[in-house]
Amino acid sequence: MNINLTLIVQMIVFAVLVWFTMTFVWPLILGMMEERSRRIAQGLAAAEQGQQELAQARERADAIVREARERAHQIIDQAQHRANDLVEQAKGAASTEGQRLVAAAHQQIELEATRARESLRREVGQIAVIAASKLLGREIDARTHADLISKLATEI
Amino acid sequence: MAAAENAPSATEYILHHLTFLSNKAPQGIVDFSVINYDTVFFSVLLAVVFGGSFYLAARTATAGVPGKFQNFVEMMVEFVDNQVRDSFHGTSKLIAPLALTIFCWVFLFNFMDLVPVDLLPAVARGIGLERLKVVPSTDLNATFALSLTVFILIVYYSLRMKGMVGFISELTLQPFNTKNVFAQALLVPVNFILESVTFLARPVSLSLRLFGNLYAGEMIFLLLALLTLSSGFGGLTTVGGWLGLLAQMILGLAWAIFHILVITLQAFIFMVLTIVYLSMAHEHH
Repeated sequence: MNINLTLIVQMIVFAVLVWFTMTFVWPLILGMMEERSRRIAQGLAAAEQGQQELAQARERADAIVREARERAHQIIDQAQHRANDLVEQAKGAASTEGQRLVAAAHQQIELEATRARESLRREVGQIAVIAASKLLGREIDARTHADLISKLATEI
Repeated sequence: MAAAENAPSATEYILHHLTFLSNKAPQGIVDFSVINYDTVFFSVLLAVVFGGSFYLAARTATAGVPGKFQNFVEMMVEFVDNQVRDSFHGTSKLIAPLALTIFCWVFLFNFMDLVPVDLLPAVARGIGLERLKVVPSTDLNATFALSLTVFILIVYYSLRMKGMVGFISELTLQPFNTKNVFAQALLVPVNFILESVTFLARPVSLSLRLFGNLYAGEMIFLLLALLTLSSGFGGLTTVGGWLGLLAQMILGLAWAIFHILVITLQAFIFMVLTIVYLSMAHEHH
């Protein structure tokens, strides 16, 4: 056991090794580790942000769905109103038309009745004239007694 | 274990394991013409293992999902970084990589102690080397190289942060000081002796602590190996031979498991004390 040249050699080897570690190993590894912590911090921040955005998007989606539902309700209400209106209109139109038809039929009947009455009257007049001429035994001039006949006819 | 016919004596065996593979036998305690090839070889090899693997990990490191090895390297770096942040309050680009290097390199030094004591020397004998000491931290040269380098850094940072005057006053004006100039002049040499001892004890204790722990650990493994030294495979014909083998296996396992704690702890202590010493060098009193 003695001190010899090995001491000097070992010191040199040690110095070189420390220099090597200091230059090529330590900064690289430490830098890389710092880079990783930076990345992790970024990742965490991004995740946080993502969650916030997700929550916001959910809120927006909810709002849109709510709005759409309201809008749908509105549309259905409107459609129902419109349908009711249409039915009412149709009902109105139908009853007007019916009334018109009834009125027209009444008119027609009135007209027919009048016409029948006229012709009856005329026929009654004629019959009366014929009857009278039979009674009197002579021809009654229809023209001379026209006034009388028509007067008679109106009285029937 | 050598075969029974040419088995070395216990003394020869232990001496063989405690002698370095060097260019020549050292003359005296300090002899700079001697070099321990095994220590240099294994420490350079382990430096390459550490530097290479960490460099590879650093090169291929991604900030994305890390692989298993990258994870391990990051764990080490973070562990060392935390240690440095806890004890060192200045700013320095050097301290943290230095601490990482010390921890990993010393750990690998110590880890060689867990390689079976006769395995690599046997391989060395196979390629014609008569001896091989595989644990660099059982070489005082290796541990002193670490602690002296740290000591030089301590002196350098002390001078740089406090200036020559600050550094000298730190060595001479404490722990005893007084307002009385005359008394202070008397106290300066006392302070200087006390502080110098404290100051110089740092690298010595740093390296001797590591060396002592690992040397003792290796010695235990060697002593356990002695249990089957004389018998070899031939000893397995006797009950005593089997008992020796069993004892060596159980005790060796127990010591190796305990030693995992020791080698990690010693590497950790070396690193933390380095950080603390350099931190003290940075701080004003």
